[in-house]
Amino acid sequence: MATDNRPLSPHLQVYRPQLTSVMSILHRITGIALAAGTLLLFWWLIAAATGPTAFDAVQSFIGSLVGRILLFGWSFALYYHLCNGIRHLVWDTGHGFEIRTAYASGWLVIVAASVLTIISWIGGYAALGGI
Amino acid sequence: MSLRSPLGRARGLGSAKSGTDHWWAQRLTALALIPLVIWFVVSMIMVTGADHDAALAFIGSPINAVLLLLLIVAVFWHGQLGLQVVIEDYVHTKWLKVALIIVVKGAAIFLGVASVYAVIAIALGG
Repeated sequence: MATDNRPLSPHLQVYRPQLTSVMSILHRITGIALAAGTLLLFWWLIAAATGPTAFDAVQSFIGSLVGRILLFGWSFALYYHLCNGIRHLVWDTGHGFEIRTAYASGWLVIVAASVLTIISWIGGYAALGGI
Repeated sequence: MSLRSPLGRARGLGSAKSGTDHWWAQRLTALALIPLVIWFVVSMIMVTGADHDAALAFIGSPINAVLLLLLIVAVFWHGQLGLQVVIEDYVHTKWLKVALIIVVKGAAIFLGVASVYAVIAIALGG
């Protein structure tokens, strides 16, 4: 069975990106990123259980510039994957497949994920005691 | 006339031999994660910059500990199911595919059990 030479579908070199296809692959990419992000949850919990020194290390990493950039990315990935995941669950019920609806729900996911990310960061800085 | 054997029809698992278990588990954990993740991010925003004592108080309170345990189980279960599908879709070298799936599942079990242990140790004042 010579299956190695079969063309990929969709043929990525000639396939024009659309909102729906880009959002589909973004769901996977954010899922993979969030799986990596569980390492931070693991580290945070283990450090808290270990003691003040270990906990200070994880907190100062999160507070560093690199930590904040990573956390910002993870927060958007989380909201995107959450909102788009709900979109997928609606699709699983057999609803929302019309082209117009799929595009409308797609834009809704992007706007919702962006707004939630911004609100969360405003809330986080407010919790720190000032922006 | 069905070409399927009586045993195959009784099991109802189809050609993939595992039925819809994987798909269904991913949907159920996704459903569970909607409220859990919303609770988690709101909580994490509220404990932003917390010192060690504040973090212990947060993790150790009974409701938070239970919700954290549920979140950890659902997250690692959901995550390894998703990564398995990604690996199966893109990695076509059989030994590598199997090896990566074993690594992903093993890592999810290790990280999940360790995280669960940390929460319980804190909650029980260990």
